[in-house]
Amino acid sequence: MNRQSFRSPLARAIGLGAAKRGSQHWMAERVTAIALVPLTLWFVASIIAHAGSGYTAFVSWLRTPFVAGGMILLLIALFHHTALGLQVVIEDYVHSGARFAAVIAIQLGCYGLAVVGIIATLRIAFGG
Amino acid sequence: MDIKTIAPATKAPRLRPLSPNIQIYRPQLTSVLSIANRITGILLSVGAVGLVIWLSAAVAGPGPYAIVQQAIGSWIGRIVMLGFTLAFFLHMCGGIRHLVWDTVHGFELQSIYISGWSVVAASVVLTVAAWAAGLYLGGWL
Repeated sequence: MNRQSFRSPLARAIGLGAAKRGSQHWMAERVTAIALVPLTLWFVASIIAHAGSGYTAFVSWLRTPFVAGGMILLLIALFHHTALGLQVVIEDYVHSGARFAAVIAIQLGCYGLAVVGIIATLRIAFGG
Repeated sequence: MDIKTIAPATKAPRLRPLSPNIQIYRPQLTSVLSIANRITGILLSVGAVGLVIWLSAAVAGPGPYAIVQQAIGSWIGRIVMLGFTLAFFLHMCGGIRHLVWDTVHGFELQSIYISGWSVVAASVVLTVAAWAAGLYLGGWL
């Protein structure tokens, strides 16, 4: 604590973390992780169950509302978790001015890919 | 004595001793699993891109879907998928271990080693089980 500040370190720290949202990042990483446990296990089990089956079997599987919904939830949780995780990796290793650009690129890339995946799922689900 | 007389205005930065770098340490289960969780996370990010490519190929029609399936079914593709399967189970089990730590449990050194080896064992068993089931249902076994 310096001479200019008479507030305790705790008083200065409360609610004043980096950009005031460090805990939200941490919490979102956990929430998406918990969501991904059943979603990814369901996905892996489904892929195993469909081993050796062809295109029509896969498309008819993805067309059911439960599966399409599950796939969309998986894509949202997966890419949100990926964006959060890769951001931490970048923040740990990139110390130059490229850090900010890299974090933005990761976030835009992840949410873009999630949208591409969701649109693809919806097109199969509602396709003729 | 006045403080200004001790500290000169311009002073060359003193060379500080560096702490030993990462490669000087013997790898331990704890450190190996820590970095493994990060490496598998990065690998699975690539896998997530693969998932989107796969879904997009299915939208594009039976032709593009067959090309992707052929790539996955090739020997290189299968080795990559085996790697993704192990990376997935390692990351999931390691992640569950982290979620348990978040509840402030299992920090004793013995607990850390028990949970660490459990993560390794569970990942290998789940990977073998997943592939055995996949190969059996696919008619390759």
